[in-house]
Amino acid sequence: MIKKIFFQLVFFNFLFVGKVFSAESGGMPQLNPEFWFSQIFWLSITFGILYIVLSKLILPKISSNLEQRKSQISDNIEAADKQREASETKLKEYDEIILKSKNEAKNIYNQAREKAIKDINVKKEILDKQIEEEIKKAEDEISELKQGAPEKITKIAIETSSELIQKLIGNEINNSSISAIVDDLSKKNRSKYYGN
Amino acid sequence: MAANPMSQFEVYRIGPEIKVGAFDISFTNASLFMVISSLAILIIFNLGSKKNSLLPNKLQLLTELSYNFVSKMIGDTAGSKARPYFAFIFSLFMFVLFCNMFGMIPYTFTVTSHIIVTFMLATFIFIGVTIIGFIKHGFGYLKLFVPSGVPIVLLPLIVVIEIISYLSRPISLSVRLFANMMAGHTMMKVFGGFVISLGIVGGWLPLSFSVALTGLEILVAFLQAYVFAILTCIYLNDALNLHH
Repeated sequence: MIKKIFFQLVFFNFLFVGKVFSAESGGMPQLNPEFWFSQIFWLSITFGILYIVLSKLILPKISSNLEQRKSQISDNIEAADKQREASETKLKEYDEIILKSKNEAKNIYNQAREKAIKDINVKKEILDKQIEEEIKKAEDEISELKQGAPEKITKIAIETSSELIQKLIGNEINNSSISAIVDDLSKKNRSKYYGN
Repeated sequence: MAANPMSQFEVYRIGPEIKVGAFDISFTNASLFMVISSLAILIIFNLGSKKNSLLPNKLQLLTELSYNFVSKMIGDTAGSKARPYFAFIFSLFMFVLFCNMFGMIPYTFTVTSHIIVTFMLATFIFIGVTIIGFIKHGFGYLKLFVPSGVPIVLLPLIVVIEIISYLSRPISLSVRLFANMMAGHTMMKVFGGFVISLGIVGGWLPLSFSVALTGLEILVAFLQAYVFAILTCIYLNDALNLHH
């Protein structure tokens, strides 16, 4: 039921609209020349004023605004670039100084080290010499003692044996005969005592 | 009156009748909207260019964006030689755009929906471009009608076609804008009329159409202004850089 009414409404309304279109008598108002001159006149006045004001006052201003902004921005960029370059050179300088001072420190260290090593070597040589001398001295003494030892021992042996014989026998005996015997003995046993 | 979709295009006098000789130059509703559009353009662009801050405010951004937009449009189509005509094309684009856009407000009058207005603009452009062409190239400008690399046999035909197409430029330019604006507004009016006549029951469908059409018409309003301006640039390019 409602559907039917709805479709009827739609249908009759289209009829109504059609009637309106057909009832229109004037056609397009655009083709009515009554106000053509008025429109041309006012168009030229308004558009002319618009053109003159825009071209003489407003557009140059906008253009200069844009230029100004562009130049300002490019100036700022340039300044930033310059500052960056300056900071880069400063950084380089700083790096160089650091490198230089590092090298210097290395040099000083190396020099000190060489000097210390030299000193140590010199002292070591002196000490070595002294030690060698002392060793030589000691060796000399030892060899002297070694060389003197058999004679002394022989002497002691002769004296001891003469005293021993005197005590045992009560007679004095010629030292020379005793020494001959001792020499003989010691020659026999030499290798046994001294190992050579 | 409300039911007639064409009644929105009617021109009527506002104030007294002014006559200069045989010509009626009375102030009409069309004149009113031309004045309003021009004033709106001037006010917006004046405010937008008044003070120059490094970070532009919204209005300044709008003016600078439109400046760059038109500048780029001219540079792309007509090259650097068209620089002196920048102000004219800018005014033309803005005038047509604002007239179209003001026409989208209900109960307003669309200036550009009148053939006489668009035809006057197009004729002015046509005559101006032709004069520029003859000044720049002398009679060499007529070479525009003789394309290079065409067989001799076809040449008379081509020349005739070229001349006709050249002469029909103001008509095509004006009719394109006028017909688009008129058709769009008529259609919106018709759908609006359907909403009223179908009432609360059936009016929703045309209403939704009407809403969609409004969006479309705003797009068309911008697009037609753009097309009008860019065709002007192309004609100017023909006159400035003669290579056909």
